Parts: sequence; structure tokens; C-alpha cells
Amino acid sequence: MEHYLSMFVRAVFIENLALSFFLGMCTFLAVSKKVTTALGLGIAVIVVLGLAVPLGNLVNTYVLAPGALAWAGFPDADLSFLRFLTFIGVIAALVQILEMTLDKYLPALYNALGIFLPLITVNCAIFGGVLFMVERDYNFTESIVYGVGSGVGWALAITLLAAVREKLKYADIPDGLRGLGITFISTGLIGLGFMSFSGVSL
Amino acid sequence: MASTKEMKQTLFGPIFANNPIALQILGVCSALAVTAKMENTLVMCIALTFVLVLSNVSISIIRNHIPSSVRIIVQMTIIASLVIVVDQLLKAFAYDIAQELSVFVGLIITNCIVMGRAEAFAMKEGPGMSFLDGLGNALGYSVVLLTVGFFRELFGSGSLFGYQILPLITEGGWYTPVGLLVLPPSAFFIIGGFIWVLRIFRPEQVEAKES
Repeated sequence: MEHYLSMFVRAVFIENLALSFFLGMCTFLAVSKKVTTALGLGIAVIVVLGLAVPLGNLVNTYVLAPGALAWAGFPDADLSFLRFLTFIGVIAALVQILEMTLDKYLPALYNALGIFLPLITVNCAIFGGVLFMVERDYNFTESIVYGVGSGVGWALAITLLAAVREKLKYADIPDGLRGLGITFISTGLIGLGFMSFSGVSL
Repeated sequence: MASTKEMKQTLFGPIFANNPIALQILGVCSALAVTAKMENTLVMCIALTFVLVLSNVSISIIRNHIPSSVRIIVQMTIIASLVIVVDQLLKAFAYDIAQELSVFVGLIITNCIVMGRAEAFAMKEGPGMSFLDGLGNALGYSVVLLTVGFFRELFGSGSLFGYQILPLITEGGWYTPVGLLVLPPSAFFIIGGFIWVLRIFRPEQVEAKES
């Protein structure tokens, strides 16, 4: 249990996908003008990462990894070079299915999150999360914890940035820095703040 | 075929006037984490140029045969296949760098520049112009990335491409490295500064005040 807890904290704070690996930056910078929208996108990312990483783990363990096809009678097969293509397909399909399911059974949630879901298919954070999971050899339970944890971290980062940007509207910023420039610098400062967590040993 | 002027515009426009990173916030995602060293940065730029140019050309060639309802999937498949080629090449011929770049080579697939150019340019224009557009955007991306990499490596560890330029104080020299520049957040500051400098020279890019 302790192991999973420490993994969760690590994924949220220390190895924050957005702030220390720069993942999902396009949407991170484009959709962080208002706290409410940022929060909506953040929740959508938590849901998709929480599902995509464990799913990617299953696909990797039973289809792609070297020797994974032993159950189908191909113990020598190594399909790991197909990883990128497969994971992109899995994520795109997952988002599509999620969208349709939400639309059918939970229309209220669909109205809140629906517009963000297509954005997420090409979000580097999702794909990056899945690739990190493969690279670090997580097992199935670990991949659930990691998926949810990194999603929470990303959501936290984008909400914080949106809050800062809402306040920045009232600041007097040099012309050349207004908009994008100051957003980059604020992101850097939030990132520095998060770095202080790296001293926490669990 | 388009006029020479138009071709020049397509090729050089994205480098400063219409830089994909500084102006359109495209493609910052995957790449900043690799800018701590010039060597890795350069490999990343070459990989992206390869993928972007080839994906633009191949999507442009088949653009009239792609049904618009499945175009995203088709583009994704083409881009992903190209990235697999790059990844396998790197693993075969530059294993150490491939290890250091880790997941970031794979992340070229979700790099917004590649998808963005395929969608915005290659689906409309012929292969020749798409080639130039891809090359121009890749160069614009490389300029920003190499600038960030240059500052981070030179002032963060006193070297360029692994060669010691500024002798470090720990090895008997005079230069105290700025530890901050080795950490990820410094890349944000440098890009912010890059945008600032760019906009001083090109005031028309300054964003309007929000009311």
C-alpha cells in the first residue's frame, strides 16, 4: 500500500507531466485562460489517463512485448516496434468510445467534458503517460495508480496556471511579453515551485 | 507551380515572421525536455525535420484520395509510421542518444506542428509547396529549440556539444555554472525571453490588451 501511495505522490508532484516533462503543452497553454474551462479539461485528462494507461499496459503485456503472444502460440514474436502505432490507435479509439458512452448515458457530464475530449486524442500528456508506463515496466496495478496520479498532477498544474493568468489580466506587462511570453514565464515559475517537492523522500 | 516569391515566403516565413512555437504555440510539448544538451537537441531537430517534411509530402500526394471523415486517422497512421522508422534508426545507429531521448522521439507523433501542418497546409496544397512548408516549419522549430539548447548547455554546464567552452570552477577554471539552467523550468524562461526579443523587432506580433 505504501508503495502505491508513494508512487501516486511522486506522479502528482515530483514527476509532474506538465511541469517537469513539458507534456501536453499545446493544450496547456491554449486552454488555460479561465479556471472553469481549465478544470473541465483537467478532469477529462484524469479520466482518459486513468483509463488509457492501464489499457495500454494490458495491450503491451498480452500483445506487444517480446514473447507476449505466447498465449496465442507465437512465443518468439516481438511486436514492440509497433508500439507507437498501436498506442495511438488505442487512445483514439478509447476517447471515441468514451465520448459515445458519455453522450448516451451521462448527458450532463458529456455537456461539461464533451468539447474537451477530441482535443485529448492528440494530447501529448496521454501518449507520454502511456510511453512512460512501458518504459518503467509498471505492472497492472501500478499503471492504474500512475495513470490517475499523473492525470491529477496535470489537472492541478493547468488549474493553477489558469488562476495565475486570471490575475495577470490586471497586471501591467511590457508589450512584447503580453500574452504568450508572460504565460511561459509564469509556467516556469510554477514549475520551480513544484521542483521543491523533489526533496520529499517517500 | 507557384512563383518564386511565394515559395520563398513558404520556406522562410515560418522561421521568424510566423514561427510555429513563438506565435502559434504549436509543438512545444514534447521537445523542451531534451534541450539540456545541444547534441540531443540537434538529433531531435533532425528527427522532427525528417518526419515533418516526409509526412507533409506524402499526405499532400494522397490528399485527394482521403475521405474527410477519416482524415485524422490517415494522417496519424502516416506520421506514426514515419516516427517508427526514425525511432528504429536511432536505436540502431545512435543507441546512447536514443536512450537519453527516451519517450520524446515517440512523442513526435503527438507533436502539434506535424498534425497542424498536415491539416492546415498539406491537405490543400501540392507536394512541392508542402515540402517547402514542412521544411520551413521544421527550421522555425529548430531555431527556437537550438537557441534554448545553446543557452542551457553553455551557461548550465559550460560546454557546447559536450566540449568544455567555459572552464568550470570545480575543475580549476573560473566559471561557476548556473544550476538553474539544467533544471526543466529554465526552458520556459528562455522561450519567454525569446518571444520577447522577437516581438521587440516585430511589433506587429504583440498581442492586443485584454479588456
